[in-house]
Amino acid sequence: MSKAHMKGVLKAVKNVRGGVKVDHRKITADLPVERIEMPDKVLLPMQQHIGAPCTPTVKVGDIVGVGQLIGDSDAFVSAPVHASISGKVTAIGPVKLANGSMVDAVTIENDGEMRLFEGIEPPKVETREDLVKAIRASGLVGLGGAGFPTSVKLAFSPDKNIDTLIVNAAECEPYITVDYRECIDNSWDVMGGVYSLAELLGFKHIVIAVEDNKPDAIEVLKNIASKNTEKDFKVDVMALKSKYPQGAEKMMIQSATGRKVPIGKLPADVGCVVMNVASVAFAARYLKSGKPLVSRSVTVSGDAIRNPKNLRVPIGIEVQKLIDACGGFAVEPYKIIAGGPMMGISIIDTTAPLVKNNNALLAFSEKTGLLKKERACIRCGRCAAACPMSLVPTLLEKYALREDAETLSKLGIGVCMECGSCSYSCPAGKPLVQYMRLGKQIVREAGAKK
Amino acid sequence: MNRLTVSASPHVRSADTVTGIMGDVIISLIPAAVTSVFLYGLRALLVIAVCVGCCVLFEYISRKVLKRDNTIGDLSAIVTGLLLAFNLPSTIPLWMAAIGSFAAIVIAKQCFGGIGQNFVNPAIAGRIILLVSFSSAMTNWTQPLQWKETVDAVTTATPLARLSALDLGGNIASQIAADSELPSLVKMLFGIREGCLGEGCAVALIAGGIYLMARKVIKPAIPFTFIGTVAVIMLIAGRGDLTFVAYELLSGGLLLGAFFMATDYATSPISTKGKIIFGIGCGIITSVIRLFGSLPEGVSYSIILMNILTPHIDTLTRPVPFGFVKEKKSKEKEAV
Repeated sequence: MSKAHMKGVLKAVKNVRGGVKVDHRKITADLPVERIEMPDKVLLPMQQHIGAPCTPTVKVGDIVGVGQLIGDSDAFVSAPVHASISGKVTAIGPVKLANGSMVDAVTIENDGEMRLFEGIEPPKVETREDLVKAIRASGLVGLGGAGFPTSVKLAFSPDKNIDTLIVNAAECEPYITVDYRECIDNSWDVMGGVYSLAELLGFKHIVIAVEDNKPDAIEVLKNIASKNTEKDFKVDVMALKSKYPQGAEKMMIQSATGRKVPIGKLPADVGCVVMNVASVAFAARYLKSGKPLVSRSVTVSGDAIRNPKNLRVPIGIEVQKLIDACGGFAVEPYKIIAGGPMMGISIIDTTAPLVKNNNALLAFSEKTGLLKKERACIRCGRCAAACPMSLVPTLLEKYALREDAETLSKLGIGVCMECGSCSYSCPAGKPLVQYMRLGKQIVREAGAKK
Repeated sequence: MNRLTVSASPHVRSADTVTGIMGDVIISLIPAAVTSVFLYGLRALLVIAVCVGCCVLFEYISRKVLKRDNTIGDLSAIVTGLLLAFNLPSTIPLWMAAIGSFAAIVIAKQCFGGIGQNFVNPAIAGRIILLVSFSSAMTNWTQPLQWKETVDAVTTATPLARLSALDLGGNIASQIAADSELPSLVKMLFGIREGCLGEGCAVALIAGGIYLMARKVIKPAIPFTFIGTVAVIMLIAGRGDLTFVAYELLSGGLLLGAFFMATDYATSPISTKGKIIFGIGCGIITSVIRLFGSLPEGVSYSIILMNILTPHIDTLTRPVPFGFVKEKKSKEKEAV
C-alpha cells in the first residue's frame, strides 16, 4: 500500500509474534456476492453455534414463513434458529452435519413464495439490555467461523470497563473473500453496526482491523469512518501485516491495543470485544429490519470448483447446491472443506446442510489437497517460530505421546488455539495440530480423574 | 463422486520438506567441495565420494537391520558424508574415512534413533573418533595446489599450529611478519594453506553460509555469535592486533563449523535466545582450547560440548506461552 493510502490508517500497536505467510489465493475477491436459486428444501440443525442446542418450537406439518422462530433454548450460551425459506415443516429428526456429528434438525419444504413471517418487525432498542435481547433473538453467531453466540459476548455489565470494540475484517485465511465483500459492498452496514454497538454499549474506541492485502477495503472503510466527527467515540481503521493468523481473537486484541489476554481469561477481561465484520453488518441490518439470521455469504472456491464464486445462500441449504451453483466440479474433488484451509473441517459428503458459521466451502483436487508425507522431526524449530502463542509444538507432541498431562499443562498447551501454523510450517509434514488436540484431551482426562 | 479424504486441519502445507532443506545444505556445500578438489586434486574428490557413499550405505543398512523405514531419501546422510569429508585431511587412508562414516551414521545417528534424534553432530562425532584413534593420519597435512608443483612439497604444520606457537606476550605483528611459513591473509581467504580438505576456502564457505541464510534454512544467530565471540576473545588475547584476529578467524575449521555444523538442527537449541547462548558457548570453548589447550584446534570439541548442553539450554530458554505470567526467578535455579 502506498504511503498516501496509509494516511489516517492505524498501524498495529504491537506486532504479533509468529504466524506464517500463506498463499492468499483470494481468487473470488473481485466477484460481487451472487444470490442463489432457492432450494426445494432446507435442513436447519438445532445446533449451529457453540453452546446448548435448541429445541424445535414447530411441529411436522406447520407452515412457516421466512424468519419464523423454529428452535430455541433457555440456556444463556445458545442462539435461536429461524426458518430460512417459507413452506411446510416435513420432518424433525437427527441429521449428520458436515463435521460428522448428529444433531436434530427441522426440514422445511419450499413453497416457492419466500413469504416473510408476519411477526417480523424492527426491534425496539433503547438500552443495552434491549440490544443484547435483540441480538439474541436475531440468532446471530460469530459469522467468521467460530460460531459463538454474539449476544453472550455483548452481555457484559457496564461496570466491567470494556472500552474497545474490535471489528475483525482481517480475513487471514486463504481463499475466503466474503468479509472483504462485506466491507466493500455493505460498508454502510458495517459502520451502522459500529455506531449502534458503540452508542448502546459505551465503547470508547472502535478499531476495524483489515489485513493490508485488501487496500480497497481499507480505503472504503477509512472514508466512511472519517465522516464520523461528532460522536463521543473514535472509529479507526487499522491495517495489519498480511500474516496468518492475524485474525485470531487474541492476536487482534494485541495488535489493536497491545493488551495480552491472560491464560484462562476472556477478551472482556482486558476490556475488549472482538466481532467479525459480517456479524457487525448483520446486527445493523437486523436492528433496522428485524429480519433474523436466515442467510449468509459464502465463498465457494478451490481448484476443484469450476467457477469459484461468492454466494448469498439461505441457512440450511444442502452443500451440494452451492457447488452446483458454481458450475459443479472442474476435476474430481479429493477433499472438501467447510471453512478455510487452515482451520476448516474436511467434510465427508456434500449432503450436509450449510450452517451459520460456514464462511467458505472449498473443494481441492488431489494435487492441492494431498499433504506431504510424515517424516521424523528434525528439530528445525519452524513450528516454535510460527506459533503465535509462543509454544514449542514439537515438544508438546513428545509429551502428548508420553501422555504426560502435568508437563503438557506446564508447557501451556491450554493456550493453543489450533490455528494450524505449526502443521503448516513443518517440513517433516507432522500433523502437529492433531497432537495438540491429543495433548489437550489428555489434560482434560487427567483433570476429570482428579 | 469418489470418497472424499477427511483429515484434521490445516489442509494446506508449506512447500518446505526435509529433503528440500537437506538439498539446500548440499547446494551450499558445493562451492567448498569444488574448491577442495581444486586445492587437493582428485584425492579430495575420492575422499568425498567414499565418505558420502559409505554414509548413505550405512544409513541404508542400519535402517534395514533395525527394521525401520528407509530414510536415505531425506538426503541427510549425504550431508553428513560431505561434512565428514570436509573435516578430514586429503591424505587420509580411505578405510579410515569409511570407519569415520560408520561412527557418524551408525553410532552417533542411528543408534539414537536416526535423523533428529542424535544428540551430537554425526560428522563431528566421526571426526573426533578418527582423531583420537588415528591421530597421526588425521594430522598428516599436505600443501594445497600440489598438483601444480613439479617438486614434492614438504609436509608442514597448519597455520593454526603456527599461531599457537606465537608468544602472545611479545610483539605479535612482528612475529607474524617474521614467520615466512605462515600464508598471507589473501591465501588464507582462498584456502591456500594446510588443513582439512573442506575447511580452507573461506570465500566458498561464506558463500554457502549466505545461501543457507537467504534460503532461511539457518538463522544467523549461531554463526554470528560463534565467530563474533572468537573474534572478541582473540582481539583481547592479541591485545588489539587485527591481523592476528583475522588469522584466527580464517584458520582451522571455524567457518565450516560455525556455518554448517554448529547450526545442525537436531543438536542446537530451538529458540533464538538459545542459539545465541549456544554460539557464544562454542566461541568461548574454541578460543580457550586454541589459546590454552594442548590441541591446536577446538572447533569440533566446542560444538560437541555445546551439543551435549543443548537440551538444558532449550529448557532454560523456552519461550513463555502467550498470556502466562513469568515465574519468579528467585526460586532455586535449575542445575545445568
